[in-house]
Amino acid sequence: MAIPFSYNLRNLWTRRLTTFLTAGGMALVVFVFAAILMLAEGLEKTLVETGSHDNVVVIRKGSSAEVQSGIEREKAAIVETQPEIAIGMDGRRLFAKELVVLISLDKRETGKPSNVVMRGIGANSLYLRPQIKLVEGRLPRFGSSEIIVGKSIYKGFQNTGINDTIYSGLRNWRVVGIFDAGATGFSSEIWGDVDQCMQAFRRPVYSSVIFKLRNSRDFDAVRMRIESDPRLSLEARRETKYYRDQSEMMAKFLRIFGWSLTIIFSLGAIIGAMITMYAAVANRTAEIGTLRALGFRRRSIMIAFLMESLILGFTGGCAGLFLASFMQLITISTMNFQTFSELAFNFTLTFDIIYKAILFSIIMGFVGGVLPAIRASRMYIVDALRSV
Amino acid sequence: MEEITPVVEISKVNKSYRRDHYVLKVLNDITFNIAEGQFLALMGPSGSGKTTLLNLIAGIDKTDSGTIRVAGVDISSLSETELAGWRAAHVGFIFQFYNLIPVLTAVENVELPLHLTGLSRRERLEHSEMALSVVNLADRKDHYPGQLSGGEQQRVAIARAVVTDPTILVADEPTGDLDKVSAEDVLNLMEYLNERFGKTIIMVTHDPRAAKRAKIIRHLEKGFLSNAVSQTSL
Amino acid sequence: MLFLKLLFRNAFRHRLRTGLTILGIAIAILAFGMLRTMVGAWYAGVEASSAGRLVTRNAISLIFPLPISYKDKIRQVSGVKIVSYGNWFGGLYIDEKNFFANFAVEPRSYLQLYPEFILSPDEEASFLRDRKGFIAGQKLVDKFGWKLGTTVTLKGTIFPGNWDFILRGIYHGKDKTVDEMQFMFHWDYLNETMKKTVPRRADQVGFYMIGVTHPDLASDVAVSIDSLFKNSLAETLTETEKAFALTFISMTEAIVTAIRVVSFVVIFIILAVLANTMVMTTRERIGEYAVLKTLGFGGWHIAAMIFGESLVITTIGCTLGIAGTFPAAKIFGESLVLYFPIFYVESKTIILDIIAATAVGLIAAVIPTHRAVMIRIADGLRRIG
Repeated sequence: MAIPFSYNLRNLWTRRLTTFLTAGGMALVVFVFAAILMLAEGLEKTLVETGSHDNVVVIRKGSSAEVQSGIEREKAAIVETQPEIAIGMDGRRLFAKELVVLISLDKRETGKPSNVVMRGIGANSLYLRPQIKLVEGRLPRFGSSEIIVGKSIYKGFQNTGINDTIYSGLRNWRVVGIFDAGATGFSSEIWGDVDQCMQAFRRPVYSSVIFKLRNSRDFDAVRMRIESDPRLSLEARRETKYYRDQSEMMAKFLRIFGWSLTIIFSLGAIIGAMITMYAAVANRTAEIGTLRALGFRRRSIMIAFLMESLILGFTGGCAGLFLASFMQLITISTMNFQTFSELAFNFTLTFDIIYKAILFSIIMGFVGGVLPAIRASRMYIVDALRSV
Repeated sequence: MEEITPVVEISKVNKSYRRDHYVLKVLNDITFNIAEGQFLALMGPSGSGKTTLLNLIAGIDKTDSGTIRVAGVDISSLSETELAGWRAAHVGFIFQFYNLIPVLTAVENVELPLHLTGLSRRERLEHSEMALSVVNLADRKDHYPGQLSGGEQQRVAIARAVVTDPTILVADEPTGDLDKVSAEDVLNLMEYLNERFGKTIIMVTHDPRAAKRAKIIRHLEKGFLSNAVSQTSL
Repeated sequence: MLFLKLLFRNAFRHRLRTGLTILGIAIAILAFGMLRTMVGAWYAGVEASSAGRLVTRNAISLIFPLPISYKDKIRQVSGVKIVSYGNWFGGLYIDEKNFFANFAVEPRSYLQLYPEFILSPDEEASFLRDRKGFIAGQKLVDKFGWKLGTTVTLKGTIFPGNWDFILRGIYHGKDKTVDEMQFMFHWDYLNETMKKTVPRRADQVGFYMIGVTHPDLASDVAVSIDSLFKNSLAETLTETEKAFALTFISMTEAIVTAIRVVSFVVIFIILAVLANTMVMTTRERIGEYAVLKTLGFGGWHIAAMIFGESLVITTIGCTLGIAGTFPAAKIFGESLVLYFPIFYVESKTIILDIIAATAVGLIAAVIPTHRAVMIRIADGLRRIG
């Protein structure tokens, strides 16, 4: 025996300004909530997709990132002999020795410097990263100072177009190609010949070795062997896990930040909803008395007012999500706390975030409206009618 | 004289109000019956307890002691939830200030109590439109209360009161806020409902014009029912 | 005075509504203050930097070292008073969650360069004597419960292995801007160990820290130093400590901007809440305003009443919010000390709080005032009944 839904909608429409202001406050809260979750999601997605599940990354034990690690040539040679390494189509072992350094480049927009990953790659590196696609120019010649830059680097940093030169480590590195690695960390890197890099930057050791597993299940065996070898002092991880771990600190920071902010903001929005609903109840006291007199139960009254509050929340939630979805057009370019290097990523909206945001907005509406709704339902009919 | 069945039986009803440590006795040992098809006016000065008595009969307030039976049901023993259902089926309300829901149209206001029944949407609309034509406002059914005059609003309220075919109609100062012409219209309507449809009407008023339209007048003074029963001439 | 009394009485006519509004404003001001304090904490390094200090690092990027031999050449540059050097060690204490800055430094010159690190002479002497010794800031020591003489082991990430250090001195900062979460040990300890384990990495520093004789000479000295090493195997980039600190911030600028944007969103939220309250309150009192008009009060009087009431509410809310900011910052600061070593509420933040609250109070009253002032007396009176 419910009070018709149109009653609730029309009441909200009659006091449009108030409805707009209250739902607007909630929309802002949901916007912040969704935006921050989208940021964390975008960050993780970028880094997680940056690897292949069947690739293994080996770095020095104790280092948390390639840039801190150093692997001597002899150690790299030992790892290269592992039988689990896949053999490519033309008989080559899918194994690469790479060097990762950070170089300081100036950003396009602000002119300020930022650390960018420069990766010295081996002949097999490109086979290990099939997600890389060349979109302009050509691949660098091994043995030369030619380099290719990821799309995000080209977009974000000065002097990174085709035929531009970057001066670093007493060398002029000429850009001969631009590659697209999708929404992954590689798009924020510069790639060149590993031997040339080792010479120029005077690093006699590699940062990491990467290889593809012949059989994905072999990972545990090969990892155990590498990590327990006393000559080596290395650790091995699947490439996907390696990159996911690199986003952990930042993603955690963003999530904690997002949740704590949102909880505080939501208090403000909930208070707004409470004020609105208490006022609605106060102004419709005579109506409440009439409805009760006509025979509507207390529960129906409570549900009706609660419904209005939930509608406010839901509307606010949808509006907030709508605004947040525009954030997907923005690319964030920042330094990853963990690796100290440049990372570009987008706000990513997922179904999980959508449903969390809507649920959150409905909860806000509920918490804001429950006390006023209970008050409305508990009125004495006679007093309510008398207040005309 | 044949005994006409009493539809409302009030027996030794007492009611007090508590207001900031001050206890006020509003009704003292009220006992009387109202016959079916009766049109009763309850009169008395301000504070005499007439509205309180009306509220008790209508089931929107509870007695301190004593019983009230309406159509055989002892409403003083019903719980709040049971009373709600009972009111929906048995009581039609007419208030001094009409008490229409401002965001619903005339026909939607009339339809409102029908949501408490098991009728289908089509049936509800049929009944509502019929009720509106009884009060001669079928052509204003899609108007909001804000677009209707005081008299018209009261007529919509009456349509709402009768649409569920209730056992009794209670009216609290139905003409209190109306001008002479509109008051006439409303009183004519109430007379019509009583004579043509046999509706039992209990009306509280201190407007003597309104009281004259009733068949019986009883007086309340300081919470006591006077024994005098005036019958108005037909 | 009567006017003020009237405003207060009016504001509290509806105690629940006003109370809730004040609470909402207080929470929002608190959030705004905390966000600004967070932004301030981000810039902490910049605030702590001195105009009289320069940082010299490898021109390629921070991860590349410089030879120790540069020290003598730098010292000979005119305008240079003190030369110190060090390496970012990046060691982990127990696990990655306990992150704090740890450096290997040349202790004597480094302490000379940083007079704002206050260390008792006994502790300083004890530190200088023990090559395996380290000094740490008061906040860091409090966080982990270390005492003088405690042995602390760090797991090397850049310099592998487990490294033991003994706490010889606890410094506290001259004022609030100084970072008390740092851990410094002897560069010689690092270097000697490297000579034995990975000789090719020995005799290299991560950065040179230079004190100039006069801050005005800073940029000239920087240029001179860099020109000394131009075209050598390790070219340098020398900049003021402040510029150096700013580069870190600019790298995470996006996040700082996001926090700033969000703090403005808070302001809009309270604006919505307060505006809503004022709209509702005014709507209910329209009849009263009409009556006042019949008595001869003009539009300005009514405007003053509404604006006044709005400002009373915001002032109370703002005061509560500001009062709450200090304990909140203290709690936050302590629990997040690993992320934000320096976390305190600036007076600028309080001023912004007040400006924001006042602005909100004024804007929220605009539409209701307009409605109230514009209403025709007859319409208003009709609404009373």
